[in-house]
Amino acid sequence: MQAKENNQNLKRYTIVTAMDNEAGVLSQLAHLFSRKGYNIETIAAGWTVDQNVTRFTIEIFSDDERIKLLCAQLRKLVPIHYVEILDPSKAIRRELMLVRVHAADKAARNEIIQIANIFRGSVIDITPDSLTISVTGDDQKTQAFETLLKEFGIIELARTGIVAIERGEM
Amino acid sequence: MSNTSRKLNGSEILIQCLIEQGVDTVFGYPGGAILNVYDKLYDHKEIKHILTAHEQGASHAADGYARSTGKVGVCLATSGPGSTNLTTGVATAYMDSSPVVFITCNVNSDLIGRDAFQEVDITGVTLPITKSSYIVSRVENLADTVREAFAIARSGRPGPVLIDIQKNATASECEYYPVTPEEYFMSTGTRIERLKNTHHPSVGYPDINLEAIDELAELIDKSEKPLLICGGGVVRAKASQEFRTLAARMDSPVAITVMGGGAFPGDSPLKTGMIGMHGSQASNMACDACDLLLAVGCRFSDRVTLNPAGFAKNAKIVHIDIDASEINKNVMTDLHIIGDAKKILNLLLAKLKHDKKNDAWKNYVFSFKRETEYDDVEGTLTPKEVLSAAAEILPQDTIVTTDVGQHQMWAIQHFKFDYPGQLITSGGFGTMGFGLGAAIGAQAGNPEKTVLHVTGDGSFRMNCNELCTEEFYKLPIITLIFNNSALGMVRQWQHLIYNERYSQTTLDRGPDFAKLAEAYGVHGRRVTDVATLRDVLKEAVASRSDGKGWVIDCRIDMDEMVRPMVGGNSFIANFMLD
Repeated sequence: MQAKENNQNLKRYTIVTAMDNEAGVLSQLAHLFSRKGYNIETIAAGWTVDQNVTRFTIEIFSDDERIKLLCAQLRKLVPIHYVEILDPSKAIRRELMLVRVHAADKAARNEIIQIANIFRGSVIDITPDSLTISVTGDDQKTQAFETLLKEFGIIELARTGIVAIERGEM
Repeated sequence: MSNTSRKLNGSEILIQCLIEQGVDTVFGYPGGAILNVYDKLYDHKEIKHILTAHEQGASHAADGYARSTGKVGVCLATSGPGSTNLTTGVATAYMDSSPVVFITCNVNSDLIGRDAFQEVDITGVTLPITKSSYIVSRVENLADTVREAFAIARSGRPGPVLIDIQKNATASECEYYPVTPEEYFMSTGTRIERLKNTHHPSVGYPDINLEAIDELAELIDKSEKPLLICGGGVVRAKASQEFRTLAARMDSPVAITVMGGGAFPGDSPLKTGMIGMHGSQASNMACDACDLLLAVGCRFSDRVTLNPAGFAKNAKIVHIDIDASEINKNVMTDLHIIGDAKKILNLLLAKLKHDKKNDAWKNYVFSFKRETEYDDVEGTLTPKEVLSAAAEILPQDTIVTTDVGQHQMWAIQHFKFDYPGQLITSGGFGTMGFGLGAAIGAQAGNPEKTVLHVTGDGSFRMNCNELCTEEFYKLPIITLIFNNSALGMVRQWQHLIYNERYSQTTLDRGPDFAKLAEAYGVHGRRVTDVATLRDVLKEAVASRSDGKGWVIDCRIDMDEMVRPMVGGNSFIANFMLD
């Protein structure tokens, strides 16, 4: 975060990497980022078609030279299979956001449901005075949705962090 | 692969795996969690165990053994404080790319995470200072983990690896099949197979970019003012011969980093000396004026480049290194070639069209001093006199280990190292207290050679407890203390930069090192003049066969400084001291 505030030239990068699915790999990975001075903006992990391999999507702020060094350093970690920086023009980036929002009366409930529909969100829980909605999209979409819900009063909000994949070649 | 399988317990499997790797000497210290391993070691007299006074001494000894023999060093310690005492040694080995396998044992699996007696997460502690670290909780995983650890420690850019074995895994049994390192490297279904197939930098050598070799040959051909930098990678890659041939064919001056000492002959007319903060005038001025800077196996540390913005400002900078993460880290390069230095230099030599002659350039470079002319001071023993006497009286192939500070710089400036592994010094981490442990490892690995340990009074006091190890194992190490009753290098900075405010650097206190040495059962002398020193050194050489070490306490002046000197972050040709 600090680096981002001090230097406006930094860009957001999406790194995808795969590691052996074993105890301690997350701390190895996260530790490398912190000791090279990075704050991880988002990190999401899960196994791939091979349950022995965990794939991480990590987003950080950096610049074109430093990101190359960071990737070279990541590649030295023994459990690492590969490290790639996704090209933003080819990357599909998604996160899931769950948000519970105040809906004290019928009008508020209707309005929230309408907004959720526009965002292709779904209502997954309802109580007399709240709604819980899930929405997926890139960080801009989830951010916009969050902004629109703010006036109703957000009770709780959770994001998974971005997962990303490269588009297939046409 | 042999079919002779046996059911063995984890401790025996560990020892069998060490034997597979050709290990005959280990350094270490026992304790509760590692008792099972030491119990099995009791039956294996073919592995010599050197018991040190402290785990830190063992860690430096295993490192010194590795650097001086080219083999992987092995160090054992127990859990908790035993393992944390290793950490300075692990970091020292990591910063200087020295292949050491550290083996610690931890509490039983069922106690892990309960803050049991002497429990610590040592793999977590050593994460940033190892190439890789492992936890073994099941005996079935032990053998392949040890094999992988050795493969990783010695391959690619070498470095330390730590294996933390939980005590139950040293006691329980499983089937053991002997596997040679070669068989293991070719095995399938193991992690090493994946690492090898993907050219993982921890074990593999990347494919060398042949176009870059052509481009470099072209740059060399065009260059009229080349400068070569000989880094520690030339030592680790065993590329010293190729590097010497390249320097001769390029007719290029050669500057040497602290870690490169020994890879290029100290008496070569092409040698400009050390480069950087305490680099010679010839090295630093050549760096400032050259049109091509070819650095082999060096990482452009801040002690070499000083202010990177002005480093080799007129030159095309070319970097050869095994580690892709060193490229453009500290200095932006014009061309780089990633890979094993020996292979790259051989490919390059084959591409050089003709041998160069650079007389005008060499005349310029060597118009500057390549050695510092230290003054003689009437009635006082000077560092120069001490080192000249040692160089003259000790055999030419003497292995030199150092601690850290002024004595380290003086020794590197003065001695003419001839072969890789002759100079063993903590260049990257700058570990005071490294030298005696390293000397013990070097002497254990090279019993036929003389080992000289150059130290200062501050550094020596840190780990002088290892004199008992030197005495017990009859290691005739010669320790030369540059005793100025001060932390000389820090004092030098205080003198030059902090207005002579000597905060906490005056060591006006004991012990009497000669008496201390005698108490440990080795020879101890205090000398204040060069004639006595020469006599003592001759006596030390003559008495080598009695296996008794020497501690020679040389009293020097506390205001003696290391020259030249360039201030931190200043430009390389901007000498603060001539």
